Amino acid sequence: MAAVNPLPSATPARPYDVERVRRDFPILSRTVHDHPLVFLDSAASSQRPLSVIRAVEQYEKTTHANVHRGVYTLSQDATAAYEGARDRVRRFINASSTKEILFTRGTTEGINLVAQSYGRSRLKAGDEVLITALEHHANIVPWQMACEQTGATLKVAPINRKGELIFEEYLKLLSPRTKIVAAAHVSNALGTILPVKEMIAAAKQVGAIVVIDGAQAVPHSKVDVQALGCDFYAFSAHKLYGPTGEGVLYGREQLLKDMPPWQGGGDMILTVTFEKTTYNELPWKFEAGTPNISGAVGMAAAIDYLENLGIESVAAHEHHLLEVATAELQKIPGLTIIGTAANKAAVISFTLEGVHPHDLGTILDSEGVAVRTGHHCAMPVMDFFNIPATARASFACYNTLDEVKRLVAALQKAREVFG
Amino acid sequence: MELKDLYRDVILDHNRKPRNFGRLEAPALHADGHNPLCGDRLTVFLRLEGDRIEDIRFEGKGCAISTASASLMTEAVKGKDRAAIGTLFEKVHALLTEQDAVASSDLGKLAALSGVREFPARVKCASLCWHTLNAALERGDAVTVSTE
Repeated sequence: MAAVNPLPSATPARPYDVERVRRDFPILSRTVHDHPLVFLDSAASSQRPLSVIRAVEQYEKTTHANVHRGVYTLSQDATAAYEGARDRVRRFINASSTKEILFTRGTTEGINLVAQSYGRSRLKAGDEVLITALEHHANIVPWQMACEQTGATLKVAPINRKGELIFEEYLKLLSPRTKIVAAAHVSNALGTILPVKEMIAAAKQVGAIVVIDGAQAVPHSKVDVQALGCDFYAFSAHKLYGPTGEGVLYGREQLLKDMPPWQGGGDMILTVTFEKTTYNELPWKFEAGTPNISGAVGMAAAIDYLENLGIESVAAHEHHLLEVATAELQKIPGLTIIGTAANKAAVISFTLEGVHPHDLGTILDSEGVAVRTGHHCAMPVMDFFNIPATARASFACYNTLDEVKRLVAALQKAREVFG
Repeated sequence: MELKDLYRDVILDHNRKPRNFGRLEAPALHADGHNPLCGDRLTVFLRLEGDRIEDIRFEGKGCAISTASASLMTEAVKGKDRAAIGTLFEKVHALLTEQDAVASSDLGKLAALSGVREFPARVKCASLCWHTLNAALERGDAVTVSTE
């Protein structure tokens, strides 16, 4: 069943050369307030390597036309580039067919598509949708909307003080009433890696379909949708070193085939008369209107880039940064790390006593250090920990131990300012 | 962009020890303000005597700029009438947003907020309390304003 993966990720491991990686990212050579930029907000949006920038530029300069429309050379070339990107994504997540790869604007749109097409047409009063307490708003609100529209009920599996899913409570909430389970693979606010494989297996026992928000997982771990056994898996290109406004929804072919279209328009139809429209085949049934063609091309280049580095090597590098940064931050008086799960991605959310995260963000920025501050689109998580906001440092393939030191020094400066 | 222009001693002091912090018991006008960007929330309570603010308090959780700005505002507007408050708000707004605005002497301690204009992302932190005060004055009871 599983497709062979003939990709360069199989190249032999070599020592991870972060300085060489950094040279691939032009933006990293800029300064901010006279300091070399320390970019620690890749969980919000990662930077683009030159190969992605060039792939997009090359497409724009030599290939662009609308896809699936013209018989002329350019349109055919553009279509080949766009559909080639689809197959690149298929191999990346090991889907069995390109019919299962829908291009979207991003993770948020992918989840909305499932909620509105699958959810709205299948859910009814008495049914339940089960999410977890650490979801991003993009995996809460679409389900609230679908529940409101259908009379179904939203259930929330709780987390513990470390920010881990309480698995027994999750199991208790699963029942034959559970029609959809929607969960993050990795929490954006806390870094927690969820046991999605076990969650999916348990959900299957009660006949629920499972939607995974993979936005924070795909850049840091090899994802195999067939091995996971999920029904839907959504992610974004721009957290994966690719362009913004581009993403992927993987859906199992059997489910997608039976789902009603979500948006109507060009490209998603075969024939249109005023009496009746027949819809296009998968995956185009779910891609109304002219898509983000250069975005798809850029995403494919980003996947090439990441797999050339080797996702496992990148993940090991990031994990090392996480361990060092965690140890160093814990030495700072008054600093509390929010989210201390045993199994964590390279994300550290924290608060510093006496300094509001927003002030922290400004002071760190004045030192050239970019971190996210705020509620991270996860207000229920903030409420759970009874804090208005956190500062969050997240690490990617291009971050260094020296940048961890710069973060620590900038935090010391914040303590001085607020003495 | 100088950090010490933003975090002046007056600001740090009012952040650490906000004045007029707390609630006013009913009957009092009040309004909630919310800055969704950073999660800042504050409530402004006030009692009028005729057209004049007889007493004002605020409570909430926010960054140093929003807390200090609210604290300074309560000190500045207590005893003033609506017209004077409107004029003051205009001057504060100009101070926060216009590059060459000069703090007039009647701004008093509020002049400490002039560094905020070098930090455009923080202007809303400083103006949230003023928008909330306006909402309380205009609509009076349990309204919520947002800076987004």
